[in-house]
Parts: sequence; C-alpha cells; structure tokens
Amino acid sequence: MLGFVARRLLYLLPVLLAVSLLTFLIASLLPGDLAYVILGDQATPEKVEALRHDMGLDQPILIRYLGWLGHILQGDFGRSFRTGQTVLQAVGERLPVSLELMILAEFLGLLIGVPLAIACAAKAGGAFDRFMTSTAFGMLSVPTFLSAILLIYLFAVELHWLPATGYVPLSEDPIGNLRFFVLPALTLALAEWPGIMRVLRSDLITTLQEDYIALARAKGLTPRRILFVHALKPSSLTLVTITGINIGRLIGGAVIVETIFALPGIGRLLVSAIGTRDLIILQGVVLLVAAGFVIMNFVVDMLYAVLDPRIRHGHA
Amino acid sequence: MATLDLTIGEDVAAVPARRKRRLGRLFWAAFGWMIFVFAVALLADVLPLPSPTDMDMLERRAPISAEHWLGTDGLGRDELARLVHGARISLVVGVCAPVIGLTFGGALGMLAGYFRGRFETFVVGSMDVLLAFPPLILALAVTAYLGQSIFNLTCILGVLSIPAFMRVSRAATLTLARREFVIAAQAIGASHARILLRELLPNVMLPLLVFFLLGVAVIIVAEGALSFLGLGVPPPISSWGSMIGEGRESLEVAPQLAFFPAIAMFLTVLSFNLVGDALRALTDPRQGAL
Repeated sequence: MLGFVARRLLYLLPVLLAVSLLTFLIASLLPGDLAYVILGDQATPEKVEALRHDMGLDQPILIRYLGWLGHILQGDFGRSFRTGQTVLQAVGERLPVSLELMILAEFLGLLIGVPLAIACAAKAGGAFDRFMTSTAFGMLSVPTFLSAILLIYLFAVELHWLPATGYVPLSEDPIGNLRFFVLPALTLALAEWPGIMRVLRSDLITTLQEDYIALARAKGLTPRRILFVHALKPSSLTLVTITGINIGRLIGGAVIVETIFALPGIGRLLVSAIGTRDLIILQGVVLLVAAGFVIMNFVVDMLYAVLDPRIRHGHA
Repeated sequence: MATLDLTIGEDVAAVPARRKRRLGRLFWAAFGWMIFVFAVALLADVLPLPSPTDMDMLERRAPISAEHWLGTDGLGRDELARLVHGARISLVVGVCAPVIGLTFGGALGMLAGYFRGRFETFVVGSMDVLLAFPPLILALAVTAYLGQSIFNLTCILGVLSIPAFMRVSRAATLTLARREFVIAAQAIGASHARILLRELLPNVMLPLLVFFLLGVAVIIVAEGALSFLGLGVPPPISSWGSMIGEGRESLEVAPQLAFFPAIAMFLTVLSFNLVGDALRALTDPRQGAL
C-alpha cells in the first residue's frame, strides 16, 4: 500500500508543476499588457515602463514564473489590483457557496440515482428498467443551462414557489439560503443522476450474477436482504469514483449554474475575473481549482485502492 | 501483404452487415433528424426565409403567424430564420472542433499506444494536465482575450477535446498493436510509418469515428453554453445557445423564445448521442472479440 501511495505521489508532483506552468503561461501569453490594464489606455509610456519594472514584467518569462511559483509556495497567491483582495481572501469568501452547492447537488443526485438504480437492477430487463434506462439516456442530452431554464420557468415564473436568482448567507437566514439553493442544486442533480444510475445499475447487475449471491438465494434470504445487504456495497466501487470525480469537477464551481442563478461562488469569481481582465485573480484561482481537481483525483485513487485490494497489488 | 489486407477488409465489411438489422426505428429517426438539420443548415441561404438579422420594432415578440412561422424575438427578428441560421453555427463548430480533436488526439494516441515507454508517459501526463483545468473557464478566458469569433471558438473547443480522443485512440492502439497482423508486418520489416498508417490507422479509425459523433454532441452543448453566457459567437449572428440566453430574459412574457431553440438543441444532441451510441454498440463486440 505504501509503495502504491508513493508511486502515485511521485506522479502527482510533476503534474502539479505542469499545471502551474500552464496556468502561468496562459495568463501571461494572453494579449493585453497587465501594466496597461492597471493604468488605463491614457497612461504615458514612461509610467507604463516604470510599473512594468516595479512588477517585474520586463523580466524574462521563466524568471517571472519562478518568482510567482516561489511566492505561491510561501502561500502568497497575489492580490487583485481591482478590489485589493488577495486571491486567498477571494477564494475563502466564495468557496463556501460553491461547496454548499456541490454537496447539495451530489446529495440530490445520489438521492434520485441510487434508488432508481436499485429498482432497475432488481428487475433488470423489465419494463421499469427499460423505461428508466432510456430516460437516463435522454437526460444525458439535456445541457445544464436548458434544465436551469426549464426549472426557473416551472418553479419561479409559473408556480412562484422558489426565487429564480439571488443568495443570502447561511448564517443570516438558513431557510432563505436553502430556498435559493434548491433550484441550482436540482439543476446540477438532474445532470448527475443519469450517470450515477447507469453506473450503479450495471455494477449491481454484474454483482447479482456472482456465485455468493446464488448461495445467499439458496439459503433462502429475502431478495430485499440480498439486494441491500449483500449486493449494494460491493457494487458501489465505481460509484465512489464518479462521485469523487464529480466533486473534483465541481470544485471549480458550476460556472453555468452559478451564473444563471446569480450565486456568488468560485465559478462566478472566475467569470468576473475574465470580464474585468483581473489576471492575478484569474491565474491564482485557476491554479487552485486545477490543483484541487488533481488532488481530488489522487484521493479517489487512494480510496479506490483501499476499497479494492486488487488495485494496490496489481499494476498501478 | 495482400492476404493481410484482405483479412482486415473482410473483418470490417462482415460485421456491420451481420448486425445491421439491430438498428431500431429510434436510430433511423435520430439519423433522419441529423440529416434534416444538416440539410436545413446547408440550404439556409436558399430557403425562402426572412432575414435572421432584420429587426422590426413594431413586431416584437409577435406570436406564431403565417408571416412568421415561429413568431419573432425580442427585437422583432424572425425566430424560424434565426433557428435555421443558428443550426449552421452549432453544426460548423460542433463538427469542426471534434475534427481538431480527432486529428491531433487520434495521432497522439496512436503514437503513444504504439511506441509506449517515456513518450507514452509524457503524452498521458500532458493530457492529465490539460484535463485538470475547468474546460469552460479555459474556453471563456481564451475567447475573452483573443476575441469572440467562430474560428477562435472552434479552435479552443477543439484543443479541449484532444485528451478524450487521445484516450480512445491509445486504448484501441494498445490492443491492436499486439495482434498478429501487426507482428507479421514487423516481421517482414515494415517501417513504423507503414505499420501506423496502413495497419493500425484503418482499425483505429472506426472507434474514433464513432466517438467523434458523441464528441459532436458534447461540443454542441459546450458551444451552446458559451453562447448562452454571451461569450460564444458574437451578435448579431444567431446561435441556439445565444437564442436561449436571450429568451431567458423574456421567460415571463414569451417563454417560447427560449423553448424553440432549446428543443432544437435537445433533439440534435440526443440524435448524435443515439446514433453514436448505436454505432458504438455495433463496434464494441468486435473490439471485445479481438
């Protein structure tokens, strides 16, 4: 197990380094001189030159990258020249919103997907199974911005049950906060459950063909007990992986959903940083998000190895 | 060599013929819709439609009528004409971007799967790096800085689709490279280029083309999402995504303005998924039998 962890860690480091290099390159190579962005178009060439010198923009790109990386390793991701906030402050402010959205969405997705998968696998090939399988396939073709519009139309415009957009902090008004989160979380959950259902269903069907399930049947255990106690746990391996990957993906904030529902999460922060050309925020947050994704994948790999001994002993 | 070519040819030709009957009505309905959308997009300029950009401020959000078959949008532009011209954007971006992914991803995957070793580790590692970035943010940043144009949009979405194609092509190459016809070709002294192009490429192409169809569906959605956020195609060009985005503003008074392009996009994405999935089911058993 230790060797497996070490091997994966050894792979993680160069990937993280390359992620940081690519982030820096994208932010630096995009047209638009940072000094001009800060000073405005009216700035005199001397002023721009002075600022470029102060910020080290006249240095070769490799030196600038190493300087940036050095600061980051000391925990300094830089400060927005527009709002004066540091990258870490901005992320700390927005992350709880994205996390709450992510947790609610995953929870709702599992709440819809898992029972449906069990019901389908219990009578695989039956009418309900075939109907749900096609529904899930159809749902995979519905983009999130489409289901968002439909949900807003149904629950906010027609029924007036829920607010279409907006946000209040959880600490100020927990009920109001949840009301604002229902539609965005449901939108994401609608995109998540088909994958959850398909994966768990096919794993359950495979498990139900195993010999030990036949033995359990022969012992006279009830189908319900076999399904929930004997089959569900060994079938949830792939589910762990895709849940983990989903979480990793959503760390970056659900850009579309946060924008449509006006939730002040990480996704909105990135979109507004792009809009205002706030390069420092952009490269800092993108780096954090990408690194978060890589590390989340690492955690999923580890979790998977803990759950399934074949992986840590086999070729990694 | 002739015998080898012959066996491959038979292999490819025999399987679809045997399984053709399994393609159900749903497949043909989806295929029909695909053809219809392609035809409409191609003939957009020839069809007797009003201009998609001419505004008529007196006829804003007009209901369905003989003059405007699907009514008009918030600026009095003909909804049907915009829908038809929007199909062009969706298809041009949706087909061209995966072509970029197919070409570069396919080539990288074949090279990685054939030569293995350090090169493979490097390619797989770089793709992992690319996958770590939130794709929509990368696309947004690049279009925001390089300017909104159909060309830029296609390029960035194409680059973002490279890792997925690389995986498919590498996986197929890995299994194929161990097969007898490749070993035989190596034994008679065929060059690497010849083995890659004449022996492996025709076989890897099939799963790649099937994956291409699924890629088109994903890219149409991605283009829609970017245009929906107002960062895709520049106005006044209509795209389904931007039409849905504009329709969202008038959801209370004229929900059909969001729903028509939404239905068009859903049906098109569903069709590509259905056709891609059906063809994948056809090619998968063959791969399993290898």
